[in-house]
Amino acid sequence: MTVPGAWYLVLAAVLFGIGATGLLVRRNVLVMFMCIELMLNAVNLTFVTFARLLDDIGGQASVFFVLVVAAAEVVVGLAIIVAMFRRRAAATADEIHILKG
Amino acid sequence: MTAALLAAATGSGAHLAHASAWAVFGVGAALILTGAFGVVLLRNPVHSALMLVITLIGVALEFIDESADFLAAVQIIVYAGAIVILFLFVIMFLAVDRREPAAPEPTRAQRPLAVLLGLVALAELLILSRVQHWSSGAHHVAGSLKGGEDVQKLGESIFTRYLLPFEMTAALLVIAVVAAVVLSRRHGRVAAEMSPAEQEEATLR
Repeated sequence: MTVPGAWYLVLAAVLFGIGATGLLVRRNVLVMFMCIELMLNAVNLTFVTFARLLDDIGGQASVFFVLVVAAAEVVVGLAIIVAMFRRRAAATADEIHILKG
Repeated sequence: MTAALLAAATGSGAHLAHASAWAVFGVGAALILTGAFGVVLLRNPVHSALMLVITLIGVALEFIDESADFLAAVQIIVYAGAIVILFLFVIMFLAVDRREPAAPEPTRAQRPLAVLLGLVALAELLILSRVQHWSSGAHHVAGSLKGGEDVQKLGESIFTRYLLPFEMTAALLVIAVVAAVVLSRRHGRVAAEMSPAEQEEATLR
């Protein structure tokens, strides 16, 4: 009837791997944030897949909460980037040492 | 869901439903991988943000394929509608897209090491999913998905079993809003006390 769950899990693992590699490779803070979003989406996909495999609503509820936390995280993270940029034009991760105070 | 509707409409049985489920999965997977590689490989942050939208739509397609219709809608509305717009707004606001980092890589071996590390992590995940029997856990601990609409089940679950976490997300969102206001506030005089020239200068600063 439907696609076996293993396919979704492999797809989510690949997406997570791409996100993790991008987080390490890119130096633009905004793009690093986008890579974190990729990893969060991979985990969400895994949650939904296990919710279907185990016939459990808990997986879908977890995705709901992950969405809320991701929204809050993006808001605070982008505010930090804007504050950093206002103090000194620093869009790359190498210049975040100005946060040392 | 989509597959079931298609099968019911045509009446040609489970074979077409099977094929359409695979088709949705394939299209979603292609969108996800295209978008993910685009986010990582494209130089311009605006292009990366647009590729992120493609990935998010692909994930929403996979949600639909797995009968999580409500989460697919929320995925589009919250992620593609709000979070990516926020990303684009900050990119445009800071004009990051015109600035290309000119400084050389401080640690030379970082990129090859990062790719290697990513591949190792991916291999580890795949091997673990092969060796361990993850999906043989307890079934429907928090309630079954069957016998009702997806939204109804999720709503019942969130407002009964997960009520306290749900209330905590409300607190979290308020804290995030306050934090965003505090972090992005300008120090010094407020705009109403400034002359137009000073306001212009403060905006550009």
